[in-house]
Amino acid sequence: MTTVAVKPATMAQALTRALRDAMAADPAVHVMGEDVGTLGGVFRVTDGLAEEFGEDRCTDTPLAEAGILGTAVGMAMYGLRPVVEMQFDAFAYPAFEQLISHVSRMRNRTRGAMPLPITIRVPYGGGIGGVEHHSDSSEAYYMATPGLHVVTPATVADAYGLLRASIASDDPVVFLEPKRLYWSKDSWNPEEPTPVEPIGRAVVRRSGRSATLITYGPSVPVCMEAAEAARAEGWDLEVVDLRSLVPFDDETVCASVRRTGRAVVVHESGSFGGPGGEIAARVTERCFHHLEAPVLRVAGFDVPYPPPMLERHHLPGVDRILDAVGRLQWEAES
Amino acid sequence: MTVMEQRGAYRPTPPPAWQPRMDPAPLLPDAEPYRVLGTEAAAKADPELLRALYAQLVRGRRYNAQATALTKQGRLAVYPSTTGQEACEVAAAMVLQERDWLFPSYRDTLAVVARGVDPVEALTLLRGDWHTGYDPYEHRVAPLCTPLATQLPHAVGLAHAARLKGDDVVALAMVGDGGTSEGDFHEALNFAAVWQAPVVFLVQNNGFAISVPLAKQTAAPSLAHKAVGYGMPGRLVDGNDAAAVHEVLSDAVRRARAGGGPTLVEAITYRVDAHTNADDATRYRGDAEVETWREHDPIQLLERELTARGLLDEDGKRAAQDAAEAMAASLREHMNQDPALDPMDLFTDVYAEPTPQLREQREQLRAELEAEADAEPEGGTHR
Repeated sequence: MTTVAVKPATMAQALTRALRDAMAADPAVHVMGEDVGTLGGVFRVTDGLAEEFGEDRCTDTPLAEAGILGTAVGMAMYGLRPVVEMQFDAFAYPAFEQLISHVSRMRNRTRGAMPLPITIRVPYGGGIGGVEHHSDSSEAYYMATPGLHVVTPATVADAYGLLRASIASDDPVVFLEPKRLYWSKDSWNPEEPTPVEPIGRAVVRRSGRSATLITYGPSVPVCMEAAEAARAEGWDLEVVDLRSLVPFDDETVCASVRRTGRAVVVHESGSFGGPGGEIAARVTERCFHHLEAPVLRVAGFDVPYPPPMLERHHLPGVDRILDAVGRLQWEAES
Repeated sequence: MTVMEQRGAYRPTPPPAWQPRMDPAPLLPDAEPYRVLGTEAAAKADPELLRALYAQLVRGRRYNAQATALTKQGRLAVYPSTTGQEACEVAAAMVLQERDWLFPSYRDTLAVVARGVDPVEALTLLRGDWHTGYDPYEHRVAPLCTPLATQLPHAVGLAHAARLKGDDVVALAMVGDGGTSEGDFHEALNFAAVWQAPVVFLVQNNGFAISVPLAKQTAAPSLAHKAVGYGMPGRLVDGNDAAAVHEVLSDAVRRARAGGGPTLVEAITYRVDAHTNADDATRYRGDAEVETWREHDPIQLLERELTARGLLDEDGKRAAQDAAEAMAASLREHMNQDPALDPMDLFTDVYAEPTPQLREQREQLRAELEAEADAEPEGGTHR
């Protein structure tokens, strides 16, 4: 066995590799979307796939998201395993009717006779200086729809593993790609990819004793940074990366909170009606007697996504996270 | 030099990249809906096909009447009738091969039954004990689809997938006149034409989208004309002329099967009954209008033709009626039995494996059911 020098890879490269490996492993896997063929996608995630597998396997579709997802439904009915790319978070909205009225519930409507193994890749979130309609955090809409899995990676290795698991899943998966992490790098060997774990398990990214930051996707690196900065304040923060919003890993999250006794949920999505409310409620219901303080939320504001020159005031950053940690009733300790 | 002179001197030429994609003229529908019955074309129609269509029409009419009666007896939650539209419903099913697929809208229960799905299973959605009562793969019939036109892209995707796999499969998708205003209608036709997918779109123009007449739905010369915009042929047919609908749909299916791509067929018909049993049609149309359509009834049109050609006598009519009655009696009998319900079914088939959250909720319901059972006296009536 030859040793391959492990070079840093970007999340985008790991995603491309996951698509390529899935297409090579299973001829039923078809990639489709706007600009995914010749161009290789606006983020280049489908780079080289049309060349390697042909345009019938990696297809430039007409520019119509409902049509893309709607035809993917029919393809899945016939035994294919479509991987659909929605070009940007806010461009996915025309496909909502297909997603909610058909994709999410076809298995249930047909008593299991007609499952739809469709993966819907959605680049999401802000922080890339995008003009309006290019930076939404739309996960709450998907989470509120029974029948969908909702998954989002925060690391290069997870991008590969979770996308392979999503494509292999017999259920529809909304695969949210944090676009500001597309170019994040990590040492990751594409020749020996990370084993694919089933969807639905969170992971502790950083162990700590003082409080738990519960987060996912683009906010994971921000929380890691905040945890480092918190050491100066004497706080030893644990960071839980959810990886999967549906199903939700109550076990890992609650085990952490029971250890630390304090929790802050961090995400870019707005807080009102956002994922943090659900997570805070679940933690409180399960860990009430272990909690030293109410579960707090650090989120984007409840405003339409701001223009790029103002987005840094909207996105949860290290300071907003540390402010929240500071409000976790530490006075009770003394 | 004046402005007009300047304009006169300017000779616009098309930009070099532009050229017409195709001559639209062959795609245009005829000015009049195509008809067979009562025309010279009728003489060429296959007697066996006409007899088979007749038997299906009579059965279909009886099915509509029986299903409507079942709503009045509380055995169906709702029934959108296709009385007067039976020619379209049965022809759509009859033109397909076994390996083909049918994509019905919520109004097309009759087409589903004509395709071979068990009549009770076809009515499960409307009875309300589950959503889709039949296995779509058994007769290659997609679930009855309530959100308008959303099943059309499914038909396109399935036909496209079949073609990619090299399978000889055609998809026929049904939609109403109201559904043609939906975005999914547009997107489905566009995808189908771009991919040259083997799909036939059948629009039953029955005059109304619940209460809204076609004039408020579209400004197009006809719905069939919409095909031209997508680069596919549009065909206009008398939707109450079963022989004509069968012929036009058969041509379109043959064309799709041969790799010729999709066709849009507009069948002009009329919804004789209200939108559903819950609707009051007198609020938006007069009896006189309904009566004119009764004279253009699909069963009568075919009966006249068959009788004139000596293909149908009183015995033949009675045989068709008896077969329809037997179907109705069987349907009544089955629908008068309470369906078996298991509340725990709520949690099956949401996902391949229930999530931990659903497992918890399933246990909650189980506990509620047990508490209910304990609270009831011995031999309680709870079912």
